[in-house]
Amino acid sequence: MFTETPIDRRKRLTENVMRIFLLIITSIMIIPLLLIIGYLLYKALPVLSFEFLFSNPRDNMRAGGIWAPFLGTIYLVVVSLLVSAPIGVFAAVYLNEYARENWFTRITNLAVVNLAGVPSIVHALFGVGAFVLFAGLGESILAASLTLAIMTLPVIIASTTEALKAVPMSFREACWNLGATRWQTIRRIVIPNSISGILTGVILQVSRAAGETAPIMFTGAVFYKAIAEGNLFAYNITEQCMALSLHLFTISTQVPDVTEGTPHGTAVVLVGSVLLVNAAAIILRVYLRTRKKW
Amino acid sequence: MNILRKKSKANLPFSETVIELFIRLCGISSIIFVFGIFFFVFREGAGFLFSGLNLTEFLTSVEWQPTSLNNKRYGAFALIVGTFSVTALAMCMAVPFGLGAAIFVSEFCSPKLRETFKIVIELLAAIPSVVWGFIGLTLMNQLIIQVFNAPIGLTMLNGSIMLALMSVPIIVSIAEDALKAVPDSYREAAEALGATRWQVIYRVLLPAAKNGLLAAVLLGAARSIGETMAVLMATGHSVNIPSGPLSWIRTLTATIAAELGEVARGDEHYQVLFIIGILLFTITFVVNLIADLVIKGIRQE
Repeated sequence: MFTETPIDRRKRLTENVMRIFLLIITSIMIIPLLLIIGYLLYKALPVLSFEFLFSNPRDNMRAGGIWAPFLGTIYLVVVSLLVSAPIGVFAAVYLNEYARENWFTRITNLAVVNLAGVPSIVHALFGVGAFVLFAGLGESILAASLTLAIMTLPVIIASTTEALKAVPMSFREACWNLGATRWQTIRRIVIPNSISGILTGVILQVSRAAGETAPIMFTGAVFYKAIAEGNLFAYNITEQCMALSLHLFTISTQVPDVTEGTPHGTAVVLVGSVLLVNAAAIILRVYLRTRKKW
Repeated sequence: MNILRKKSKANLPFSETVIELFIRLCGISSIIFVFGIFFFVFREGAGFLFSGLNLTEFLTSVEWQPTSLNNKRYGAFALIVGTFSVTALAMCMAVPFGLGAAIFVSEFCSPKLRETFKIVIELLAAIPSVVWGFIGLTLMNQLIIQVFNAPIGLTMLNGSIMLALMSVPIIVSIAEDALKAVPDSYREAAEALGATRWQVIYRVLLPAAKNGLLAAVLLGAARSIGETMAVLMATGHSVNIPSGPLSWIRTLTATIAAELGEVARGDEHYQVLFIIGILLFTITFVVNLIADLVIKGIRQE
């Protein structure tokens, strides 16, 4: 047997100290997540109810529920999804199935990275300049959704690219050898085999779009708008709407004397929806991994 | 080869040609959008940028008085300093945690624990920025008042903590990718020489992955610079050159968010807000570009 020299002992000690130190550092990141959820839930418990979700804000937004902003967020998310999902998926198809390794593809990829890096408030300015004013949409659900769609496009492109890359090349080659064209191969082989991964990206887009505030502030979301309670079609996409994220901002900074717990309740609904949607994406991914055929 | 390709193209049914065209159009959409963003933001601000705005004053003066009746001043220096100081302080907190966690997750973790941590980090990244702002406004505000005995907790420190929590997930995921990209043969070679796990990390992995780690930090910083709602709600919102972590500041992003709703289109003030937008776009574009070049640099090695 080797005997442990002092140098060895010091090495072992450093190793263990570093391991524990890094474990602590990593674990500390769980604390804010739990703390935030716990704090919000604790404060929001008195107001959370079905009535809170399904009734409009009352008394100049000092009391009441969150129906109008909640429905507004759903409208914004759905419309932005309808725009960004096809563009994002096809953009990824282009980058992965059509584009060759050249300078142009490199620039396209760089553009995706940079689009993801543009600050949200600059997206808002773009939305004002391009959709509200230039395209003449005015401040509307449509203008806000288009702004959100462009902002969240990189999310879909990134995860779809990942999903397409996971389909083995031999699948495509087999299909080509049967005489299928490129598009037939994509439609019948590549996309069906990567659909769960593509869905994950779409789900993440939903979560991202639901939480954003700055891009919709000046393009279509308003501080207050009363709509019919319980009517799912209460908004018109050429008009403005309320949104959950902006509502949280408004009642926590602009409105005095808000009923205790109402902002926390709004935050719980917002965080809860976003985390639920993300959890769905995670579950889908885990399921996908256990089921993989190749 | 060329003839062959042309022939096969000619044989494609019309519908397929249309679909291919559509796919190509979607493929370059990102380029169109990036140029579109620059074009439309520039278009709204260009008038005042080229005639009227004193650029030296804009970049060096601390007098931000856009609504003054007889002495309008557009000095954004305090806002620029605000943005960079809150980001710098946020990075001081986020970088050690982010890189430490990335090293732990990639090198020390069992696969099961790694999955758990990655899910936690993903969920942390999913929390909307307005919620971080709200936490800063309520929970962190109280905390800072009690710990530092400060009159108001809405300070640069508060904003930095929120920004740090928001950028840690980005730093962790990119830094972990960078560590993963180091070939296993490096680790094996070092271990064969009798190095402990920590020695392998410290002497081999960190130097080998240093570009990727740098890119992770840069992208985390870019995220902080561009963040709007959290700093709007948590930093006290007062145009001010900060004297310490407990002073109030205002950032470029927060200024646009707070003032755009109150200006008339075409107004000087309105155009200045778009010029700030151009400045922000340029800063984040350059930082992202550098990060991308740094990452590409590794891949070519």
